[in-house]
Formats: sequence, structure tokens, C-alpha cells
Amino acid sequence: MNQLYQKYATEIDEIFSRYPADQKNSAVMPLLFVAQREKGYVPADALPQIAELTGVSETDITAVMGFYTLFHEQPAGRYRIQVCTDLPCALRGAEQYLQDLCAALGVSEGGTTSDGLFTVEAVKCLAACHRAPVFQLQGDGEIKYYEKQSVELTLQVAAGLRELHSREGSSING
Amino acid sequence: MDKHILLRHRDIVGIEKLDIYCGVGGFASFEKAIRTMQPQDVTAEVKNSGLRGRGGAGFPTGVKWGFLPNNIWPHYVVANADESEPGTFKDREIMESNPFQFLEGLMLASYAVQAATAYIYLRGEFWELAAFLNQKIKDLEAAKLLGDNILGSKYSLRIFTHLGAGAYICGEETALLESIEGKLGQPRLRPPFPAVEGLYGKPTLINNVETLTNLPPILQNGADWYRTLGTEQSPGVKIFCLSGCVKQPGNYELPLGVTYRELIYTYGGGILENRAIKAVMSAGASSDIVVADDHALDTPLAYETCMERLNSPLGSASVIVLDESVNMAWLVDKTVNFFKHESCGKCTPCREGTFWMNRLTDHIVKGEAKASDIDLLRHEAVQMQGRCLCALGEFSTMAVVSAVDRFRPDFEKHVRS
Repeated sequence: MNQLYQKYATEIDEIFSRYPADQKNSAVMPLLFVAQREKGYVPADALPQIAELTGVSETDITAVMGFYTLFHEQPAGRYRIQVCTDLPCALRGAEQYLQDLCAALGVSEGGTTSDGLFTVEAVKCLAACHRAPVFQLQGDGEIKYYEKQSVELTLQVAAGLRELHSREGSSING
Repeated sequence: MDKHILLRHRDIVGIEKLDIYCGVGGFASFEKAIRTMQPQDVTAEVKNSGLRGRGGAGFPTGVKWGFLPNNIWPHYVVANADESEPGTFKDREIMESNPFQFLEGLMLASYAVQAATAYIYLRGEFWELAAFLNQKIKDLEAAKLLGDNILGSKYSLRIFTHLGAGAYICGEETALLESIEGKLGQPRLRPPFPAVEGLYGKPTLINNVETLTNLPPILQNGADWYRTLGTEQSPGVKIFCLSGCVKQPGNYELPLGVTYRELIYTYGGGILENRAIKAVMSAGASSDIVVADDHALDTPLAYETCMERLNSPLGSASVIVLDESVNMAWLVDKTVNFFKHESCGKCTPCREGTFWMNRLTDHIVKGEAKASDIDLLRHEAVQMQGRCLCALGEFSTMAVVSAVDRFRPDFEKHVRS
């Protein structure tokens, strides 16, 4: 039995209901998002399961996963702080902000904090150019925008998440 | 303008709620259309309004609708909400704050081409927005404005959201269709065009979010009213995304034909720290870099005037303002790096061209290049032009050629003599 389906049957049925019955291939990307939710990356054993559900080959699903930047094949911090450094944001100090944020969190760009909670990355345009600096927080299956940022504001967001996890006493390494 | 036509949430508090939207005339256009108008009458009204596609291409919307053949079914409609061009952030505000006007527009377009299913393709980063729209769609279903036999008519329609996952190229409409089909977002060869062979091989209409949001007021007030706004060849209003070195960046809904000067100084409050303006880009990172002299600043922002006066398309009207502190070699390194990252890899000129251009710009800004590398960079860009599979490859060369031609000293500063 398909473990992914067993776990998310209702949600997966709803996903398939959006597309024509003979176009199960359209569910590949929605299912990759589902598979990625728990660990922040798509575990290798999810691929044959998505292949079974959609009829798309594992090879093609792997290609899709590699093509789109929001899918991750490797584990990283529980939360990815993804800062836009494209032209309009860079004109408003986003590169300096990213550099200072990395220093404040004690990581290099692309690196992960020692507690395993945060990976800080530069990303391409997020369509929030008028509210730079901006980052999106990808984690726990969600993506949220934080706009008009300063290093201080972002550290407050990070502190809030740290507190949440220390209170829950949850495993933070997935 | 006193009252907004598209960004109506700035005038009406709570318009993101269905009852409030309906209370200010919401869904009157859609109801009028399905009760009293034939689908082709809706298309005719939009054609007469002169509305042009707001995603960047500026193609006449009603004409595009007319391309769908009536002997192949089903038809699909897709709203392009992949907004990913650096400098563009208008569709997000529309969907977040005035969602029902956008949805009503999508419903009108769907009725006009008799589609029973419509998809909203949102970039994956708009994850929260997709959840928000899903709720709005549920509200419409509960109000019987979506579903089977809407308001007792023969017309039935379902709308679904579909999330991308981080790929600029999916804003290109055939790449977008590939992505909905669960494939790599790589453009298709054309013809066949999506209007004939689109999603799942069926006739498909793809319109930008802002384009669709124009439809309810056009159907409500008529094509003649719409033509009283804007210019003769560019009727109506446009949301100008203003970003970069300007005091008040943001979205400004204005009639087409407003000048750069008015947009930047009257609405945008002028240049940061009152520095001198150096250049403008009108279509985000895909633009030429236009020297901001008086001739440019007095150019009306409309589809025809930008071409006639500046030989530079208006595109999505995402105006990035550049002041005297901006070095154009640095800028080009930024835009080229963006396009290298976002090249889908399908066609060689774009895949290889953006790679080599970025290598050269990287060398230039690091001070490792020779003077001849500036010419090599320009040559590389020109070689790509006219040879890429889709427009996006072409876009990557615009800033390069115009910057080298118009701001060569900015490059020479970096190179070894």
C-alpha cells in the first residue's frame, strides 16, 4: 500500500479532483509539496510512491524536483530564510542586509545555524520589490513572506521560532 | 485619480469579503453576462474596449479570445499569476486585496470562451495567497456563483488554483501549461498556439491577472467608457509598479499615457536622497536601460509611445528607477545572473548565452576583465538575439546591449587597460 496515500488520503483525493481523470500527471507538483512537508525535503522513498499514484516515471519526477527551486532533495535547516537579492531589492540594500543577517546568525550564505533551525539563502525575485528587504520563510510545509525587514526584525522572527521549538521540546532536525 | 478601477480596496474597506464586494456592484457584470449576453457579445465588448494584455505583451485581449476554435472541446482558461519579473508586484496586490474582482474577471473570460474549468497558476512562493484564494473560491461556490448551472443558467464553471514551485520561465504561457501538466517548465514550439492546442492539448485561453481584473468594470460600464481612459491605442488604466531608487516605491494605478516624470516625481516622490536620476527600465529586468533625459522623462507610458519615442516596449510597466549612484556594469551582472539562473535549459542560445554573459559580467565587476571583454559581452548578447526559443532568452540581452552602448564608461571603470 502507498504510504504517502495512506497518510494523506483525503488531501490527495482532493488534489486529483482538480484535474481531468486521465491527467493524473498534473498532480506531480502538488504531491511533491505534500511529500516535502514533513522533513523540508523530498525523501527518496517518496518518489516511487508519487510515481505509483500519478503514473509518471520516477525519472521524470526526479527531473521535475530538480527543475523547480522550491523542491529540495537534501535536508537543510528546518526553516529556510530565503532573501531576495535581485536588482530592485539590491538597489534598496538587500545584499548588505543578507550579509549582516548571516553574520548575526553566525552562518555563511547557504549555511545552517548550529541548532539546525535556520538555513539562510539568497533567492531570485519574490515579487515584493517595493517592500525590500524581503525574505520568505520556507518550512513546515508553508511559505510566508516577511517584508520591509531589518536584521533586528528578522532576528525577532528567528527568536520567536526558536522559543516555539524549545517550548515544544520537539525534535528540530526532522 | 480619485477612485481606483482595479485597486478598489484602496477606496472600499472590506472589499475582499464577498458580501461587501457584492454590495458595491460586484458580480453584476457576470450576472448580466450569463443572463443577457451571448458569449460572443462579451468578447465583442472586450474587443471594442481596446483592452490589451497587461502581462507585458500588450496583445489585444478580445482578439486573443477570438482565436479559440469552436469545433474542439473542452476549452480551458488559465489565469497567469506567476508574477516573477524583477520589478513586478501588482498581481499579488490585486489578488490579496481585491480577490473577487479578479475572480469575476476570470469567470467572465471563462464564460466568453465557454470553458467549464479554469485554473489559476500561482508561483509557488504565493503559497499563502493560494490558500486565501481557495477560501474565496469556496465562498463563491457556497453563494452558487460557481458550480453547476450558475444562478439557474445553463453555464457551469469550476475554478482551481495550481501552485508552481519556483521558476520564472513558467510565466511564459506554454511553459506554464507544461508546468500544470506536471512537467518541467520549458516552452513549447509554436505553432500550435495555446488557443488551439493548449492545456491537455485543448484550446486554452491564458490571461494575466491584471488583464482579467479589468473585465468587470468594462462589462459594467461599457467599452466606450473604458476608451475615455488612457490613450487611443492604449485605452484604460494600468498598474505601474515603481521600484528602485525612488522615495515612494509601490503600485500606482494610473491611466496609460502618464509620463515617466509624473510617475517618478509626482507619484513616487522623486529620487532617494534627491540624487540625480540616471536611467529607467520600463519592463523590469527584461528592459532596455533607457537614459533618463528630458525626452525619456516626458514620454507617455503607453504601448505605442514607448516604442515610438524610446524604441523600448512598455512591457508590464514595472518601472525600475536608477540614480547616479548605480553602476551599470554591476546592474547588468545582476540581471544576467538572474536570467542565467532562470534559463530553462531547453534552447542552446539561452542556456549557453546566459552562462557566458554571466561569466563575462562576473569578470568585469571583479576587475578581472580586459577592455575587449566589454565588446565580447555585447557580441555575445547580439548573437543570442533572434535565436532563442522563447522571448525570455531574448529579454536577457536587452539590458546588456543597451548598457554597453549607453553607459560604456561604467564598464571601462572596472577593466584593466
